[in-house]
Amino acid sequence: MTKADLVESVYARLEGFSKKETADIVESIFETMKDTLGQRDKIKISGFGNFVVRYKKPRRGRNPKTGEAIEISERFVLTFKPSQVLKNALNV
Amino acid sequence: MTKSQLIDAIVAAHSFPRKAVETAVNTVFDSMVEALQKEERIEIRGFGNFTVRKYKAYTGRNPKTGDSVDVPEKSMPFFKVGKDLRERINNGVDPDA
Repeated sequence: MTKADLVESVYARLEGFSKKETADIVESIFETMKDTLGQRDKIKISGFGNFVVRYKKPRRGRNPKTGEAIEISERFVLTFKPSQVLKNALNV
Repeated sequence: MTKSQLIDAIVAAHSFPRKAVETAVNTVFDSMVEALQKEERIEIRGFGNFTVRKYKAYTGRNPKTGDSVDVPEKSMPFFKVGKDLRERINNGVDPDA
């Protein structure tokens, strides 16, 4: 499934909107989510899950290929925690 | 941000009618749940990918009591962040670059 498929699903349910307008609305959903997560705020979508930005301290790691010790820089990572509703939906 | 705050933010930033945004947001998440139920992969360019990972059954232990517990096989959704979003979260820099 891609964004284009989502546009089709939304288009089928919206009345009075062109394909282009529908695509703009769908685009705005992901852009708004990216803006929010870009500010490191979390997003909670009931029935789907939570997107949370977490801080990771710098740490020593190893290049798994060469075994060489390397410094892994500090960073922010995005985690997705699926809701119980979604987990149940996948295990019926 | 909750789903209703997401809808508010979109309505505030664009000239879309609220009702249409509500329908779109609900349809997007409902459709993604349906796709994952069919074990279909979801690819949103710049945002990330959702896949379903299957886990085999195993015997675990209740960490409190030490009793062994049979955990049946299960499917879990997995999200991998897209490059554009990963960079945005890291002040516009790819931390691995």
